Amino acid sequence: MTELDSFLLYALTAVILFALGLSSLLSRRHLLRKIMGLNIMSAGAFLLFISVAHRNGKVFADPVPQAMVITGIVVSISATGFALALARRIRKKTGLTSLDYREEPSPENHNRP
Amino acid sequence: MMVLIVIIPFSGALICLLMPKRMRGYAGLAAAAATCLTVFLLAFIPGGEDTFHHALGGWGRPLGIELQADGLSIIFLLLTSVTAFLISIYAGPYFDSPREQKTADYHFWTLWLLLWGGLNALYVSSDIFNMYVLLELISLAAVALTTLKEEAEALIAALRYLMAAMLGSLVFLLGVAFLYAEYGVLDLGGLGVQVQTTLPTITAFGLMVFGMLIKTALFPLHFWLPAAHGNAPAPVSAILSALVIKSSYFMLLRIWFEIFPSITTYAAAQLLGAMGAFAILWGSFQAVRQERLKLLVAHSTVSQIGYLFLLFPLTIAQITGEQGASWNMQAWTGGICQTVSHAAAKAALFLAVGNIIHALGTDRLISLRDIKGRLPLSVFTIGIAGVNLMGLPPSGGFVAKWMLLNAVISSGQWWWIPIIVLGSLLTAGYVFLMLGHVFAPSRKAVVLQSVPPALEISAFALALCAIFIGFTTSGIIDLLQMGFHTMPMPEAITWRLP
Amino acid sequence: MMSWEHMLPLVTLASSLVTGIVIFFLPERNSALRSTLNMLGASIKVIVVAVMIRGFLVDDAAYELRFTLALGFDFLLRIDSLSLAFLFLSATLWFLTTIYAIGYLEGSPNRSRFFGFFSLCVTASTGIALAGNLITFFIFYEFLTLVTYPLVVHRGTKKAIRAGRVYLWYNISGGAVLFTAVVSLSALAGSFDFTAGGVLAEMAASGSRSIHQLIFFLLIAGLGVKTALVPLHGWLPVAMVAPAPVSALLHAVAVVKAGAFGIVRVIYYVYGKEYSASLDVLFPLALAAAVTILYGSLQALNQNDLKKRLAYSTVSQISYIVLGAALASPLAIVGGLVHLIHQGFMKITLFFCAGNVAETLELHKVSELDGVGRRMPLTMGTFALAAFGMAGIPPIAGFISKWYLALGGLEDGQLWVIGVLVASTLLNAAYFLPIIYRAWFRELPVDRRPVPLRGKLETRWTLLLPTTVTALFSLGAGLWAGWQWSPLGVCQQIVRGMGLMP
Repeated sequence: MTELDSFLLYALTAVILFALGLSSLLSRRHLLRKIMGLNIMSAGAFLLFISVAHRNGKVFADPVPQAMVITGIVVSISATGFALALARRIRKKTGLTSLDYREEPSPENHNRP
Repeated sequence: MMVLIVIIPFSGALICLLMPKRMRGYAGLAAAAATCLTVFLLAFIPGGEDTFHHALGGWGRPLGIELQADGLSIIFLLLTSVTAFLISIYAGPYFDSPREQKTADYHFWTLWLLLWGGLNALYVSSDIFNMYVLLELISLAAVALTTLKEEAEALIAALRYLMAAMLGSLVFLLGVAFLYAEYGVLDLGGLGVQVQTTLPTITAFGLMVFGMLIKTALFPLHFWLPAAHGNAPAPVSAILSALVIKSSYFMLLRIWFEIFPSITTYAAAQLLGAMGAFAILWGSFQAVRQERLKLLVAHSTVSQIGYLFLLFPLTIAQITGEQGASWNMQAWTGGICQTVSHAAAKAALFLAVGNIIHALGTDRLISLRDIKGRLPLSVFTIGIAGVNLMGLPPSGGFVAKWMLLNAVISSGQWWWIPIIVLGSLLTAGYVFLMLGHVFAPSRKAVVLQSVPPALEISAFALALCAIFIGFTTSGIIDLLQMGFHTMPMPEAITWRLP
Repeated sequence: MMSWEHMLPLVTLASSLVTGIVIFFLPERNSALRSTLNMLGASIKVIVVAVMIRGFLVDDAAYELRFTLALGFDFLLRIDSLSLAFLFLSATLWFLTTIYAIGYLEGSPNRSRFFGFFSLCVTASTGIALAGNLITFFIFYEFLTLVTYPLVVHRGTKKAIRAGRVYLWYNISGGAVLFTAVVSLSALAGSFDFTAGGVLAEMAASGSRSIHQLIFFLLIAGLGVKTALVPLHGWLPVAMVAPAPVSALLHAVAVVKAGAFGIVRVIYYVYGKEYSASLDVLFPLALAAAVTILYGSLQALNQNDLKKRLAYSTVSQISYIVLGAALASPLAIVGGLVHLIHQGFMKITLFFCAGNVAETLELHKVSELDGVGRRMPLTMGTFALAAFGMAGIPPIAGFISKWYLALGGLEDGQLWVIGVLVASTLLNAAYFLPIIYRAWFRELPVDRRPVPLRGKLETRWTLLLPTTVTALFSLGAGLWAGWQWSPLGVCQQIVRGMGLMP
């Protein structure tokens, strides 16, 4: 396969991954599935970057996208960690595992500024 | 020099983390003052060639990170500094007062200074990946600030905010990937020259704009905003509505005018304007229906953001190079004036509302009647901020709406006229909904918690800033004309190099 | 740049603006200080206005203050002959109403808030008078809406709040329409100042005729809310829940006159009389004014509440000014302008009297007024004087204005104007004379026979003095109408200054 074809293959996979993650984020109600969807989306984006790094047929791979992916992974991990902690805290407080609104806020909520 | 505006808040954040709890407020305030001062020095003290340009570590493009400030950056930096400083003055006594001790304020200052540093850095970034990272930093810090109140509503709102923010960032990142795949450069200047109308480019454009729209909460992507802004502590709501939203709007301006001017179309601009119009109407309509003060103000933010998006259809002539686009400067000045005055007014409004809630102990709109002549300064602040939002004289909002309407009429896009008019009427609806309750007879005698004077004064000072903006338009125009060093000159307007 | 001539307009504004802001911060109990500040501010304003009037009329001095607010528009304060008339009215009536309000509100709550906004209200109407271009006019016009709202809802009752809401809806909508019109005009014609004879005629490009007509219509619609042109008048009777000083000030000076003033500015100083006539917009405006005159008078007949009756009378009377502006003859505009002043004094007298009766005897309805004249002779005497004036009975001032309007209609060949004036006079008599009859010629009800009063005055002197002064002025303006500096004389000079020969 030519360089361009393999690039297209990876790129297409990346976009499909992104779309899959997006659909999970939007349509699933369970918090963990949403967070996983976000992770898959980021995986797709990173894959696209990496495939760009190798596509121009030079002897060496382009370091810039690789640096970007490393940065992106770091960001993604912190955000995921934060999201998981939040989800866990929500579950502890309300027993919910989704973002559904509570219909009747209890009266004491109104007294908190 | 320019690096300082980023280093000071970041180091301040670190110091606050390490300090004992009692000292945090003072350290935080000191860092805030220092940051504000540095920005003012940067903006107003004339420096040499390199004042507005700095390559981190000495490594230039395309591998290194360069910081570059142009007129728009300075405007946003100044806006952020003044507002942030006044909010910081507010935050200290706010978190110290007994009623608020329950909230986990332990890390407010750290998070806030990180957020501020991120904002400053964003405004002087010159490549899109750096901007992505900073946007993420800003979002994470903002979400963390939203969780300070440990109630379930706040936490759920925060998680929703986090997901929406991450969605926006990831979509944006995908756009960055496409752009890099196509052109191999990341910096704004380089991209602006090279961008052409190909499918990947248009996709990248759409993705990046979409990502920023989610973060700026433009209708119909605003679902996360009211709950997040409405359930945070008062200073945090002010920070979110006034400053964080503006950061993604800034990104949008950069994307639209620096990277993609050659491929934006009239239709795309009108689409953004139309979404803005819906935001104006829908947001104020929802605001009028609210029973809780902070949710009312949060929905008002959704509405006011719509005005910011009128800038795009009105400046499309700048890009398509139509002759005689004399209304261009009017539109820009009006849009920027609106941005700045909205930031000040919305922050003032949230802070004043925070004062009232603090005093009354409840968030319900009806309980405004129990104020009964007390807290005059906070009520007055709400009045001034409301006047600003409605666009009535004397205020910065009035000047902004004047210029926008002028640009609308001069450019012949008369269909925005009823939107602007209706928007003002609906805004008056919810502003006077609040103020009407203040004048109404009180229901019962309520003992008010005392509000520290610093809280009232800082809110009032912000409201005065919003009015003052109306008088600085010539300064804004001058700043707007400072272009990016490396940018090619767009044809329709002439920008002077500093 | 800042010579003292530039400072005087600013000082006029500041005299009420600074007073207002300071009063906000005064504690409620400090009524002596507050009253002193009030009177000080009012006196300063009267003095400065007098200086400016003298300077303008005698020395031909130009008082102007201009600074650039933003791209393409200046903030401009300037004296010309028309602003003189309105300024004079504002300053003197503010002075008198302040005295009245201090007396009326004695002992009631929230006085600092009241007087603060009261002063701001006068600042706004002073600014309207001094405005030298449409933008400055608009700024103060909207500011007026904002600062009159707290006065309308001052009492804080449910009725007051509801009235405030109605007031706001009408005025803010009108303001939005006015805003659109003003901005359109500035976008189309560039920035311009008020110029006698209008500026639009020169700037009229061919084909923009319909746009100018549309903008004129929008301007009148926006201004018409405050002017209480039918059908935009709904807020005025409702706003009567406000305390008497507010009704007096709103209806004699500030709000309604601001609207009428604006219409005169638009016709004579923006569009220009000939250009307006050529656009065929003046006849519909005259018709609208006539309809308002008749409708207001008819509705007044139906009102039992005294203040509401006076409110509808205002609706009717203000449109005399609009009618005068819309007719072609210079005599008519003289009549309209002089009515601006005359009606101010007469109507404020009537409202002062209504307030006296309400405050002293707690009577609000016409049907309750039997024999009040014996109990409160000075009040009802001045009421009678002013009412005769409104009806147009010579030699009180109201007759003069109607006479000139009629002459103007005659000269124009528009005989229907005379018919409207006659009908309106009859209706005025029909709703005023019964009040006077009841007050003087009916017996007092048993529980209100005149009790020997300790202080010999029928009510507080602060309520009586302004009433008497304004009533005497109305009489004097009519008796000495031939004098060069009477309101009539001044208005004739104004009209000459506009370039029209009466």
